[in-house]
Amino acid sequence: MLTYTLRRLMTAIPTLLLISLVIFLLVDLAPGSPLSEVPLTVPPEVRRKMLEAMGADQPVMVRYVLWLKQFFWIEPLYGIDGLLGTDFAGGAQRIISWQSKVPVFQIIGERLPQTLTVVGTAYFIGVLIALPIGIYSAYRQYSWFDQAGTFFAMAGFSVPTFFTGNVLILVFAVKLGWFPTIYDTNLKVTDWDSFYRLVMQMALPVTVLALFNAAEISRYTRSSVLENLGQDYVRTARAKGMGERVVLLKHVLRNSLIPVVTVIALGLPTVFGGAIVTEQIFKINGIGAALIGAINVSDLPTVQTITFIFAVLIVLFNLIADILYGILDPRIRYD
Amino acid sequence: MADGAAPVLDVRGLKTVFHTRSGEVHAVNSVSFLLRPGELLGVVGESGSGKSVTMMSLIGLLPSPPADVRAGEVLLGGRDLLKIAPRDLQSVRGAKVGFVFQDPMTSLNPVFNVGNQIMEPLLKHKGMTKAQARDRAVELLELVGIPDAAKRLKSYPHQFSGGMRQRVMIAIALACDPDVLIADEPTTALDVTIQAQILELVKELRAKLGMAIIWITHDLGVIAAIADRVMVMYGGQVVEHAPVKELFANPSHPYTRALLKTIPSIAGEREARLQVIEGQPPILTGEPVSCPFRARCSHAMEVCGRENPLRRALDGRPVGEGHDVACHWSSPEVAHA
Ligand SMILES: Nc1ncnc2c1ncn2[C@@H]1O[C@H](COP(=O)(O)OP(=O)(O)O)[C@@H](O)[C@H]1O
Ligand SMILES: [Mg+2]
Repeated sequence: MLTYTLRRLMTAIPTLLLISLVIFLLVDLAPGSPLSEVPLTVPPEVRRKMLEAMGADQPVMVRYVLWLKQFFWIEPLYGIDGLLGTDFAGGAQRIISWQSKVPVFQIIGERLPQTLTVVGTAYFIGVLIALPIGIYSAYRQYSWFDQAGTFFAMAGFSVPTFFTGNVLILVFAVKLGWFPTIYDTNLKVTDWDSFYRLVMQMALPVTVLALFNAAEISRYTRSSVLENLGQDYVRTARAKGMGERVVLLKHVLRNSLIPVVTVIALGLPTVFGGAIVTEQIFKINGIGAALIGAINVSDLPTVQTITFIFAVLIVLFNLIADILYGILDPRIRYD
Repeated sequence: MADGAAPVLDVRGLKTVFHTRSGEVHAVNSVSFLLRPGELLGVVGESGSGKSVTMMSLIGLLPSPPADVRAGEVLLGGRDLLKIAPRDLQSVRGAKVGFVFQDPMTSLNPVFNVGNQIMEPLLKHKGMTKAQARDRAVELLELVGIPDAAKRLKSYPHQFSGGMRQRVMIAIALACDPDVLIADEPTTALDVTIQAQILELVKELRAKLGMAIIWITHDLGVIAAIADRVMVMYGGQVVEHAPVKELFANPSHPYTRALLKTIPSIAGEREARLQVIEGQPPILTGEPVSCPFRARCSHAMEVCGRENPLRRALDGRPVGEGHDVACHWSSPEVAHA
């Protein structure tokens, strides 16, 4: 298992490097200038100076290597310094946002937790409802429960989150006034009262995302359980006199979860994509909002860094999926 | 064996129907047989003749729907298994009746080690502690001839060969000392040398443990080697039944005769066997009102098309105990050579 994990880790590194290069080049090729927000009356000489100050006049490969070094070496040092109060970084140049002139990682540090709270909670709740629904739907295939599950999953699948989000806002926030319409990013949880307010403002976006995730995962679970219920080993378990609960929740479930866990792990990063939309609708000042803001003003370092962080998350969850796969499936583990 | 002893298993008039889109499939039609302690009953018949469905009906292993075990009695230890509660049936499966299936590659759960899978019935039926069950599992693996048993408990099914997996299946089936072991074509999926080894193993275990065995196969050579009695099935019915020597000496049903002709003289020809009988097995939709073998039978008469023959004793002993056959043509009233 250890060598398996290490091997997966080793293959992740070149993958990440390649992705970083592609992202960097693609973002760099995109039209738009870092000075697009600067008034046209500013003389060319000053513009050139401004570009130089940003380092934007350097050839793209030079900027790439510098950015790579900053991302993988200098920023982690700042991270350690921030945690332990040390001074490993020694004032080295960080990745700076062209727009706000503050370090990109500082922006990320402010925005990412907002996103993670909403997305993470939504995903967790989504999985928590999806698994039992999927398992029971398969066990009672074509029952009214299964039919209802199919209906809601289709609905959850095919209606985009921006639509459900707006409908929920309209009904529950505007008309009924049960939930706030604005997400207060500055809310700090200090007592029960502020925690209650956090729950209330998270309720709608979490519901939208959780339902969307639950729809997909429950379908996936259902088909995986169905497939396994027909396997010979299930008949063997029954022939041994095992009860239906053991047959379903031990023998079938463990096998069914193998592909489901992969889908869950790989689905998490794509949820960030969905979260970008949801953040716009619910006005959550999260990482998605930061990314869209940066794209609008051609703030290349911010766009590159946030996009790459998404890529890192995808690779990371890929890795987690692989490891879970190995834990669940001995045929993978021992090869 | 023990001819007069009370049977451990007594099956009477078993009828199993599948509900399908194109109507009812009568897969098992009034099958009766009995099994005495320590005896080995061979069941032969080509594929689709209802052998597996019969055996799975006995202990409620068929999913319902589509299966419907419609009539009959399955008496085991004085209880009718078709009438007892599902929970009681669970305590029969794996405890009183052990089952070995055809395909060892898919019959074990791939994600649990074999120790876990052998210990499961012990923990459930025998009320053993984990430690006791583990010791017993080692003992069982040794019994079925798996070397290095204690270590192999932690191995997963994919780490065993097909023959070894079938040994593990046998260990599971025998874990709780069942009265009856049902082996449904346990060697069909294995290659010839491994088949012979498994056969040897079962003979040995039978001598050692003394359980009664139902051995399903479409290999009459295997039957000749191990069975005490034989039951020939066709189209969901028992068409002939006899002590093994008697069956080989005096096959009475045209189907049995055809089967015997297809035994290859050389071991290598086994692929072709049973396919040699001309024609297709019957499609069993609707209540059977004629002899199922009629369309393929060279002796078919007018009566075969309007009346499904009943089993009839040939040697004076009651049906199911001696030699009996379900055939109009082989009845004494019909004159033939
Ligand atoms: N799930 C099912 N649905 C409908 N018919 C079935 C099903 N399973 C078995 N049968 C029918 O039962 C008959 C007997 O099958 P089986 O007992 O498996 O044959 P054998 O074991 O002798 O090869 C088959 O011909 C098939 O038509
Ligand atoms: Mg069969």
